[in-house]
Amino acid sequence: MIVAITGIILILFVIGHLLGNLQIFIGPDWINGYSQHLRDLGPLLWAVRLFLLAAVIIHIWVTIQLAIENRRARPEAYMDKQYVKATFASRHMVMSGLIVLVFIIYHLAHFTVRVTDNRFTLLRADPLGHYDVYSMMVYGFQNYLVSGFYVLGLFLLALHLSHGSSSFFQSLGLNDKKLTPRLALGGRIFTWLLFAGYTSIPVAILLGLIKPAQQL
Amino acid sequence: MNFQLRIWRQPNRKSPGKLVDYEVRDISPNTSFLEMLDILNENLLRAGKEPIAFDSDCREGICGTCSLTVNGEAHGPDHPGAVCELYMRKFRDGATITVEPFRVGSFPIVKDLVIDRSALDRIVQAGGFISARAGSAPEANSVTVPKHHADLAMEAAACIGCGACAAACPNGSAMLFTSAKVSHLALLPQGHPERESRVLKMVQVMDAEGFGNCTNTYECEAVCPAEISASFIAKLNREYARARFRRSMGE
Repeated sequence: MIVAITGIILILFVIGHLLGNLQIFIGPDWINGYSQHLRDLGPLLWAVRLFLLAAVIIHIWVTIQLAIENRRARPEAYMDKQYVKATFASRHMVMSGLIVLVFIIYHLAHFTVRVTDNRFTLLRADPLGHYDVYSMMVYGFQNYLVSGFYVLGLFLLALHLSHGSSSFFQSLGLNDKKLTPRLALGGRIFTWLLFAGYTSIPVAILLGLIKPAQQL
Repeated sequence: MNFQLRIWRQPNRKSPGKLVDYEVRDISPNTSFLEMLDILNENLLRAGKEPIAFDSDCREGICGTCSLTVNGEAHGPDHPGAVCELYMRKFRDGATITVEPFRVGSFPIVKDLVIDRSALDRIVQAGGFISARAGSAPEANSVTVPKHHADLAMEAAACIGCGACAAACPNGSAMLFTSAKVSHLALLPQGHPERESRVLKMVQVMDAEGFGNCTNTYECEAVCPAEISASFIAKLNREYARARFRRSMGE
């Protein structure tokens, strides 16, 4: 239940984050203004960040404990094991989750703390005086390795959510013969739309559809 | 029909086990899986070898005693049904079939394919019963039960306690079993007086016995011979949350 509730919080963040990022398609003024707006929230932004960090830590802490108990529950493995209904995603939540964690740490270092790419310090403010997030994203994603890891991280997030985005209903006690299969399908559609939305950004940048707003 | 068999042999709980190859020939397609093992055992006895130990009782899918993992699936590939209801016609002639016990830490192996499932009994002993008032039965129509609840309770009560749910679960969780027992009694008026204490105690013992936790893979309901739905696990989650909440409110 704790895993379900923290999971829902994180899913809501992932939706909000995508809506923010997709503003790159509208233009530099939009996304730079949006990020300035977030920074102007000041203490409230930090409150949200700490809240999300707490959700991440609790989500991982509890699931790792559960996973250890689950390993102990079967000390001797089957020589031969066939799964009838359990999906690949549902059986590898710890693996996909931990790789996503590594990705999130890199992603924060890359775009939030900005320590992995020293070109970002050379960026000048945009004409409206905001930090040029737009160009930062474009320069960041022009590197194939960076974009590749981003897509891989999102693929594993999608795998994680293809199970998690409907599984939390069951954990919270909601299961109905008609509703549950629909929630599972809806969860998968939602997840892969999310994946398509997020990956559209590096793909558009690598295809040259989005160009930097300023030259370095 | 002829079959190559790879069967788990283990002399006792402490000694290590291994898969041993056997061969059976001229088996009728209408032989049940357990009868095929009987034939193999007769051959072994005739050759002066130790027969393979396995559990079975009613051999008609209602007692929950048989417990084999056949080709990696609890109760074999013919779902829903216990392994006693599995017939050799389900397999290809000449097929190689792997037979293992239900592998759950809380079900220690007694010998070969025989396991000790008393952990499930201890879960039931913790609260899977009604402390009924002794005396004559009340007038039938004085206790009303909605049809929907009666049907659901009947579905939950169909659990035969074989442990296939825990055996198939990637986490070795017995939550389908526990949820069926909790739901069955929580849905009926006779079970209401002990509704909260029952779910709290049964879940406590289930955890103490070393079973794993549910991650909603639904592998349990796919192999359950009694077709218990994983919706009862959702009900168990509700019952548990309700009981914890009411306890925290001082009831």
